[in-house]
Amino acid sequence: MIRIECPVCGQRPETEFTYGGDATVRRPEMTNEDPQAWIEYVFMRGNPRGWHREYWHHVQGCRQWIVLERNTLSHEIGQAELARDAARAWSRTSEAAE
Amino acid sequence: MKRLASGGRIERSEKLSVSFDGRRLPAVRGDTLASAMLAGGLGTVARSFKYHRPRGIYSAGVEEPGALVHLRDGDRHEPNVRATTTEAFDGLTSGSQNAWPSLRFDLGAVSGLASPVLGAGFYYKTFIGPFRQTTRFWKWCEHFIRKAAGMGRGTYRSDPDAYEKRHRTVDVLVIGGGAAGLSAALAAGRSGAQVLLVEQDFALGGALLSEPVGHAGDAWLDESAAELQGMENVRILTRTTAFGAYDGKTFGLIERVSDHVKAPEAGAVRQRYWQVHAHRTVLAAGAIERPMVFGGNDKPGVMLASAARSYLNRFAVLAGDRVIVATNNDSAYVAAAELAGAGAEVTLVDMRERIGPELDELINGAGVKLLLGHGVLEAKGWGRVRHACIVPVDAAGRAIGQKTIVPADLIAVSGGWTPAIHLWSQIFGKPVYDAGGACFVPDAKPEQHIQTAGTAMAAASMADVIEQGFARGSEAASATGAKGDCGPAPVGLDSGRFWQSDFRKTWAVFNLQGKTEGTAFVDMQHDVKLSDIDQAEREGYVSVEHLKRYTTQGMATDQGKLSNLNALSRMAELRGVQVPDVGTTTFRPPFTPTTIGALVGHEHGRHFRPTRRSPIHDWHVEHGAEMTESGAWLRPWYYPEAGESLEAAYVREASHVRAHVGIVDVSTLGKIAVQGPDAAEFLNRVYVNGWKTLAVGRLRYGVMLREDGFVLDDGVTARLAAHDYFMSTTTANAAKVLAMAELMLQTAWADLRVHVTSVTDQWGAIAVAGPNARALLSQVAGADLSREALPNNHFTRAQLAGVPVRIHRMSYSGELAYEIYVPSRQARQVWEALIAAGPEVNLRPYGTEAMGALRIEKGHVAGPELDGRTTLKDLGFEGLASSKKPFVGSVLRKRDVLEDPDRPVLVGLEIEGMSGAKAGALLFPAAGRTEGHGDGWVSSSTYSPALDRHIAMGLLKNGASRRGETVRVVDFVGNEVLTARVVANHFFDPEGERQNG
Amino acid sequence: MSHYSAFSIFKQAMRGNRGWSRAWRDPEPKDNYDVLIVGGGGHGLATAYYLAKEHGAKNVAVVEKGWLGGGNTGRNTTIVRSNYMMPGNTMFYERSMKLWEDLSQDLNFNVMISQRGQYNLCHSPGQMDAARRRGNIMRANGIDADMFDRAEVQRRLPYLDYSASARFPIHGALYQGRAGTARHDAVAWGYARAADKHGVDILQQREVTGYLWDGGRIGGVQTSRGDIRAAKVALCVAGHSGHLAQMAGLRLPIETHSLQAFVTEPYKPLIDTVISFGAAHFYISQSDKGGLVLGGDLDMYNSYAQRGGLPIVEHTLSSAKALMPALSRLKLLRHWAGVMDMSMDGSPFITKTPVDGLYLNGGWCYGGFKATPASGWCFAWTIAKDAPHPDNAEFRLDRFERGYQIDEKGVGPHPNAH
Repeated sequence: MIRIECPVCGQRPETEFTYGGDATVRRPEMTNEDPQAWIEYVFMRGNPRGWHREYWHHVQGCRQWIVLERNTLSHEIGQAELARDAARAWSRTSEAAE
Repeated sequence: MKRLASGGRIERSEKLSVSFDGRRLPAVRGDTLASAMLAGGLGTVARSFKYHRPRGIYSAGVEEPGALVHLRDGDRHEPNVRATTTEAFDGLTSGSQNAWPSLRFDLGAVSGLASPVLGAGFYYKTFIGPFRQTTRFWKWCEHFIRKAAGMGRGTYRSDPDAYEKRHRTVDVLVIGGGAAGLSAALAAGRSGAQVLLVEQDFALGGALLSEPVGHAGDAWLDESAAELQGMENVRILTRTTAFGAYDGKTFGLIERVSDHVKAPEAGAVRQRYWQVHAHRTVLAAGAIERPMVFGGNDKPGVMLASAARSYLNRFAVLAGDRVIVATNNDSAYVAAAELAGAGAEVTLVDMRERIGPELDELINGAGVKLLLGHGVLEAKGWGRVRHACIVPVDAAGRAIGQKTIVPADLIAVSGGWTPAIHLWSQIFGKPVYDAGGACFVPDAKPEQHIQTAGTAMAAASMADVIEQGFARGSEAASATGAKGDCGPAPVGLDSGRFWQSDFRKTWAVFNLQGKTEGTAFVDMQHDVKLSDIDQAEREGYVSVEHLKRYTTQGMATDQGKLSNLNALSRMAELRGVQVPDVGTTTFRPPFTPTTIGALVGHEHGRHFRPTRRSPIHDWHVEHGAEMTESGAWLRPWYYPEAGESLEAAYVREASHVRAHVGIVDVSTLGKIAVQGPDAAEFLNRVYVNGWKTLAVGRLRYGVMLREDGFVLDDGVTARLAAHDYFMSTTTANAAKVLAMAELMLQTAWADLRVHVTSVTDQWGAIAVAGPNARALLSQVAGADLSREALPNNHFTRAQLAGVPVRIHRMSYSGELAYEIYVPSRQARQVWEALIAAGPEVNLRPYGTEAMGALRIEKGHVAGPELDGRTTLKDLGFEGLASSKKPFVGSVLRKRDVLEDPDRPVLVGLEIEGMSGAKAGALLFPAAGRTEGHGDGWVSSSTYSPALDRHIAMGLLKNGASRRGETVRVVDFVGNEVLTARVVANHFFDPEGERQNG
Repeated sequence: MSHYSAFSIFKQAMRGNRGWSRAWRDPEPKDNYDVLIVGGGGHGLATAYYLAKEHGAKNVAVVEKGWLGGGNTGRNTTIVRSNYMMPGNTMFYERSMKLWEDLSQDLNFNVMISQRGQYNLCHSPGQMDAARRRGNIMRANGIDADMFDRAEVQRRLPYLDYSASARFPIHGALYQGRAGTARHDAVAWGYARAADKHGVDILQQREVTGYLWDGGRIGGVQTSRGDIRAAKVALCVAGHSGHLAQMAGLRLPIETHSLQAFVTEPYKPLIDTVISFGAAHFYISQSDKGGLVLGGDLDMYNSYAQRGGLPIVEHTLSSAKALMPALSRLKLLRHWAGVMDMSMDGSPFITKTPVDGLYLNGGWCYGGFKATPASGWCFAWTIAKDAPHPDNAEFRLDRFERGYQIDEKGVGPHPNAH
């Protein structure tokens, strides 16, 4: 039973969550019409053996999407943050890069 | 074999009725079934798996490979129960298994004669048969093999007992209630941590219970147990096995609440499954003695030395009168002395040439005959041990002189000990090899949440056991923040020598030719011989997993608790490598076999999964509706009149809707409140069609895609206010749509000011459809529902039976229809008000089957068409897609294969003849062969009351250009071929005059 | 090498079983191979065998990081069936079934292919319709399939729950009589022995740590015990495809997930067929030894741990009892997990890759065992001819770009839902 530190609700068992997959793939902008960008986003995965950033949805709690660091080999749990915050930080870094 | 007149930790005065194969055993309170069997003089109590060899009682614990019996009869029958861990209770009935016609004369034992043939890999090399392209020969052989295999017999009866699950979080979990575990619990308990101590036996004490009554351990045990029982922060569970360690510091325990009584008391559960979250765990599961390998070492009368000692001291049963104790280490000496002290004639056969003076003294004092540098070459005797064949041996266990045959009825063996590290290894993987103890121990690291203590960590003396336990308990408690004073560690106890010092690492005894004499077993349940290991090595099955799988060693119900290390050692020897180089098998849960019902708890039968019910559910049931599953929901399928079949009922209900008016419960639809200034933009992104122009008070149908461009869902959304939309989804996809919306709004579209909230459970929904629908609602609601006041795809607010509701004018059936959205709590009230007003307009309820017939007549898509593999074009929705804006899936839906003009598209089918097409039938052209995947398939099918014919929808290649064509509808598995005319999928009132009227 | 037969068994028994020879050699690697297969599971060994047997390849090796069959070949629930309905899948799995039917004889190794039938239970009218479509496609492609109604299922499997308290009543079943089980370890060993006989070098205890390159082309592999050169390198490492592809610079439409399996204590025969529950992800059969073999759903999250979690243990066993109440008093003996290549549409890859000289066989989700013979047969064809056979023509990596998703369940690009 994996236990996830929900930033809103505290430590909760995995059975309250559903898994949402790789959180490192970034959705292209709505206006992006390049099929390859969408193929990459929808289908292609790094699938790391070790630490992984991934979405979990606290469906039986606060219904927030969470980005969790979790080790796919040892099942160790690392940091968790709201996906909303992760997305904001992401857009800030990409703006800075531009 | 006899019960002694005194001693033991049993209540002699409390006699219990216990039987085995109909024979009454002299059991008293405190016995196990095995000790009662020994007290009753039973030799053979079971038969082995493969050769049906007689099996006696080999151990006194969970490692028992032989003494498997069935317990209880009738509904409570339980096969494959270890007699050694079964607490005796009044009314216990047990019996032998895997033997025919009887335990004593088991015909299956003839397989033993063929044992040279039935060696490792036998089945892989034969029964191949000469016949190509068929498996029938093997199937025929297999029939007999399957009958011979298996152990106990399961039944087809339902279990009458109840089980329950509990969850608990503790600071410190201590697994094992022996000296180490008790010490750990004392330390942790005193420091103030919340402690859970679990012990699989019915009594605390572990190995201390096998010390003679009056041993110093008794007082220590009593005091420790009393102190622990007095602590409010310590909970003790006996009869409880920690069967597995899982991620998240979670442990599974099974508490056998009622297995020590004939049947659970009224209201009591049989077993309780605990899921424990423990911040720190001390594993003090002890160690298991290792067998010695020699000819006939599986016969009744061969037993672990520690077990002989347990039966003597704990159960006051002397397991033999003429005893050979065969060992390679110090730990069996006390047993030898005590057996002699109890009156047995004991010879101690030690493979070592020298022993320490204190052992010599102990043995001499007890009158035990000592043979150093000797081993038991073979146990002899028909059906049980009657003689032992003893030889002088060298350091490798090879005979170096002539054999002597001595009478013996018990050979007590000790080949050293194997720490029980299963739970540590289940989480942390590979253990390390302790060369001194010739065993695997945990690769302990301070950061691990499971720390091991006592003989499970190969502690070398009882003082070490207690010290380790106390230290690990104290560390565990302080790691969880407990700050109390642990006090002084308990004083060490003396309980004889452990195995590690001066340990001769040789387990097998060979004759002058270097072979075992007779048949020598490594795995005594699966009948794996030492020679099978040798053969596996010759054939190249040398890694530990190949060895295990090729010979089946370690795969029996004891999971190799006794045999694994001996098998590994033999392979290491054959390969000329060290034991760790051969590897160790992976420890997997459960530690001991675990009752399936316990892990299920109450989640079976009707409670296997939760049931969702609409707020009007009870009305449907009260009015005779047949209900049907729709995902987790139950919905009214049809409302049969007396004796009416489904087919008759839905036709009647659907006809009634078209002729008068019907009412149907659609509360199961997914409902999502979409609110915020950017709500329209959000809808624009999730739906393929445009939403910016939708006015307040209006409804719009929408279709949404998955990210990969396939159709996900459809539904109608109402604009309640400027920034307030009410979205509906299909029953099946409600959760998926909401989760996707939440993901988008919390990640990629976090800039949109929109909230989505599921309101499925807050709103009941009632559809009223039919020519009289307006009359009904106008009458009950007293609102102006005229065509002008409330055109199609508009909604209005009204009072219905005093309840404020929203009336959406929209139609799924193609009739003049309304959906009434009402707060759940008042849904039944509104429903009943409508029913009450019904007689004047001839209102009748209808179920999902009639609803399906009506929607097929109108050509609407539903689950069978939205099967996750269809595109907008496939379903004829291309026109709906906006070209002015991007939406979810708008790019990927244009991939080549999805734009292929040959794809099957939605068509209507008019079936010729009197019988209907089956959904799932394939479509083929009128002529030609019916092979391959066909031109398409029938997705939905019904008899149409309105058209008085069978119709269907289907997906057909190039369907749009094949209108008017006749196709064949082939149901291979139903053995039926029909013909159908391809038509548009809008069968009934294609212009929509009725719904717009 | 010994030929296996009842006669050879008898002959060897007379000699104390001392005359058996190694089932396969333990050779030192050559400097250079024509084809080097990475992964000594069923698929890799079958590929090597068919390369040698069908295409006359003389210089082939299989390199394995641990022991043969130690991955999912030795962990699965051993079910064999060919009830696939999507174009691209149907005939591939039927080829596999036909190869299974002759496999013991072909390999001279009893892989215990036991055609005891498989029931796919249906619990709603909608499931019945979907099953009918599948059954019809099977039959139209020459594959056996039958639909049974509730009464017939009850007649055949009287021990399931037909009571009023069943949460999901049984409406009927789709049945394939030729489906069944096989002995998983024997498949690896049988192919290994037969491949070895054809001259294939089987190199155990060598983990591939990287590739050798000839310009932009693969030229071999680096292993934990030295480099091995090869003209063609073929990956058969389902569960670890992502990792090995990444070393060659490829990103795959695959996630690795763990799937649990369960076995009970051995009992006398209770269930003589394979049953798949339709109301939850659960299936059950009974092995020849008598253990009931249970399979369940994925643990849902990416994992390489080969260790399962308690929620799925509970989920699987509650499905078991819901389906067959009598299982309640029986005991679970062992449960374990394997790691699966879960692809984005639930279907596999047998294909050349964009990297010259590198071939991929993976993405098996949890259907890899039944596919073993055809997977090896088609992969061997693809490697030998540098073009796919029609039966694996759609198992391409670019099918997502083209939109050719082979999605048997219709759940879309969610690897844990297939």
